[in-house]
Amino acid sequence: MRATRSRGVAIALTGVLALSFSACAGGGSSSTSGPVDLKMALWSSNEDHLALMQEIGDAYVAEHGDEVASLTFEPVTNPDYIAGLTTQIAGGDIPDLAWIPEASGPEFVDAGILHDVRDTLEGTDGYDLGDILPVALEPWQDDDGGIYAYPFSNSPFALYVNEDLLAEADQPDVQELVGTPEYTWETITDVAAATNDATGAVGLNVPGFSPTNWSAVTMLGNAWGAAPWSEDGATCEFASPEMIAYLTWYQEQTSRGAIPAVSGNAAPAAFASGEVAFSVAQLSQSGSLDDSFEWSFLPLPAGPEGYHPIVGQAGVSVLERSAHKEQAAGFLAYLTNPTNAELLAQFFPPPRASLLDVETLSQAAPKLSPEEIQTAIIDVVPEAQVKPQHAVLSQFTDLVRAGLDPVWAGDDVETAVTGICEQISPTLKG
Amino acid sequence: MTARTSEVDDRRAVRSRRRSRSDGNSWLGVAFVAPQVLGVIVLGVVPFIFVIWYSFNEWRPLTGELEFIGLDNYSRLAADPTFSASILASLLFSAGVLVLNLVIAISLAVLLNRRMRGMTGFRTIFFSPVVVSVVAWSVTWGFLLAPDGGINGALRLLGIDGPNWLADPSTALISLVVVQVFKGVGMNMVLFLAALQGVPEELREAAQLDGATPWRSFWSITVPMIAPTILLTGILTTIGSLEVFAPVQLLTGGGPGNATNVLPFFLYRTAFISQQFGYASAVGVVLFAVILALTMLQWSTRRKWVHDEV
Repeated sequence: MRATRSRGVAIALTGVLALSFSACAGGGSSSTSGPVDLKMALWSSNEDHLALMQEIGDAYVAEHGDEVASLTFEPVTNPDYIAGLTTQIAGGDIPDLAWIPEASGPEFVDAGILHDVRDTLEGTDGYDLGDILPVALEPWQDDDGGIYAYPFSNSPFALYVNEDLLAEADQPDVQELVGTPEYTWETITDVAAATNDATGAVGLNVPGFSPTNWSAVTMLGNAWGAAPWSEDGATCEFASPEMIAYLTWYQEQTSRGAIPAVSGNAAPAAFASGEVAFSVAQLSQSGSLDDSFEWSFLPLPAGPEGYHPIVGQAGVSVLERSAHKEQAAGFLAYLTNPTNAELLAQFFPPPRASLLDVETLSQAAPKLSPEEIQTAIIDVVPEAQVKPQHAVLSQFTDLVRAGLDPVWAGDDVETAVTGICEQISPTLKG
Repeated sequence: MTARTSEVDDRRAVRSRRRSRSDGNSWLGVAFVAPQVLGVIVLGVVPFIFVIWYSFNEWRPLTGELEFIGLDNYSRLAADPTFSASILASLLFSAGVLVLNLVIAISLAVLLNRRMRGMTGFRTIFFSPVVVSVVAWSVTWGFLLAPDGGINGALRLLGIDGPNWLADPSTALISLVVVQVFKGVGMNMVLFLAALQGVPEELREAAQLDGATPWRSFWSITVPMIAPTILLTGILTTIGSLEVFAPVQLLTGGGPGNATNVLPFFLYRTAFISQQFGYASAVGVVLFAVILALTMLQWSTRRKWVHDEV
């Protein structure tokens, strides 16, 4: 009797397992004959973004009904977008296209996660691939010239200034320094420290920075000539004299109150609170600002090694595991053609040279003046570098996070960065 | 013979009726527990079997690669200094939470186990964090523990320059322990209150008449009487503390260094940030083994100190 019962339980368990395995195995290939249903995963759940995407998608279905029956745009609502996308794919729900943040770009290209769409883009009438800024497209290409994404958002980092706080602290108007040799990080942090001292407000912060997102701070080191690794990615350069000089300068700013001390993994205070004198952020931040205080939007200042603009990007790609790569690539070419790229520019600074004008960019940031758009975006984008990326960044990012913690705590910089290089060099060398 | 036969038949009939009623009750019982058992199997047992299987593989869901590598993930764990640091952080955190939680919960329960006006209000105050969202709780503590936050502000009033609680390796873990303890201590307090109300008052009075001090009476009468509850809360608190994730994610990100890089957080970062799902699965199996071992250790020692356990 007991044996029979045990056999029953075993059979039931086997059945459940078999069902589960078959469920996990599902979602792979499917027939591509006839019109297909396409799905795109998005980081944004902004209703206006989704409405625009759907509008473009519906127009594509109307024109190409024989290839695509429907287009669905699904925001991945997990706080960590890549974690959410990975979970979705692991569960067998594979989108055909996806929004890819720049930090994952080289890694995804290297790992073969993204599909090469170069032939489709080149073969699409009126696409004008040459209009896309080479510096913007480069992070999404491989050595053979394959193109794995269209960087639909190519947004430079700039400096937001709370004019009211500076006036309250009797500090000079830094807008007047733009374009002069005095417009440097040294000057800005002097003003930030004085404002912090006089008003108690935060001097200078980087809203995206937290210890787990350390690159938001190290990227600014390029104005010191500092980079975390060599251009080919094989050599650790955290312990270079330039990076040590930059991080030591950063520590000094923290100790004199120009930059707030790190507090655990919390994000710094928002510029929109009105309690921050300077903030390094992209133009999309301007949407959250109102008229409760006077503010301005300036290019990043220069460091000891001159002026080095930086952009943050997001790309849209076709996933290699999509069952409908060809149809998805066709839609990608349509979504990012010059006409639709102009529509996308309502929200995202475009990578196309033909769209880099005040009129187009004013749609994405209506609160910025034409002068601010010209000096902090249009003049900057053609030469701006994407923040440092690496093809296996995800495998050593936590080692760097742990290694930089002593720097944020005010300990010896050289010891900390030497330790980082010892830890990550084997991974960098592959 | 006829009478005996009839008696036997009667007994058989009674047994048959009992069995039939018993069988009916059994099926009813099975029907009641089936949804729960099915849920545990589908959502607990099956995924865990998958996790064990994945731990013997290198798995990248984004590319669909799944390669069997035997015990490589486990041998890599043995040599990984971050994993060793993570085990240490988890054990220190768990020990801190267990001791502090039980001491505070028992103390609060003893203090609040009186018939006085306003006692219900105090009990509600101490229990309320249990029903607060862990995210809201952690974010609030983030403000309190910031360098210029509420706690350091209060210390400044006393002329003390407080540390950067979450960024200092010597204070980050204990700060997390405090956040976790005050979040969950109310639940254990309620369980101890219920246990204390089951301790006969006559025993304490008898001890008092025999000259026992309140402290002696507490250790020799109250503690042994509530030992089963101490065992239960000890096991549940240990398991809960080894599974902590949200406060670490929100308050420290595993830092400074690896001071708060507890196993569930290390597992999450390995899987979802480093995209090493096979390796993360091996961490998951080790975490399960650690929880199982500690639970069994507590369970196996119960006969020495939980006196009405068999």
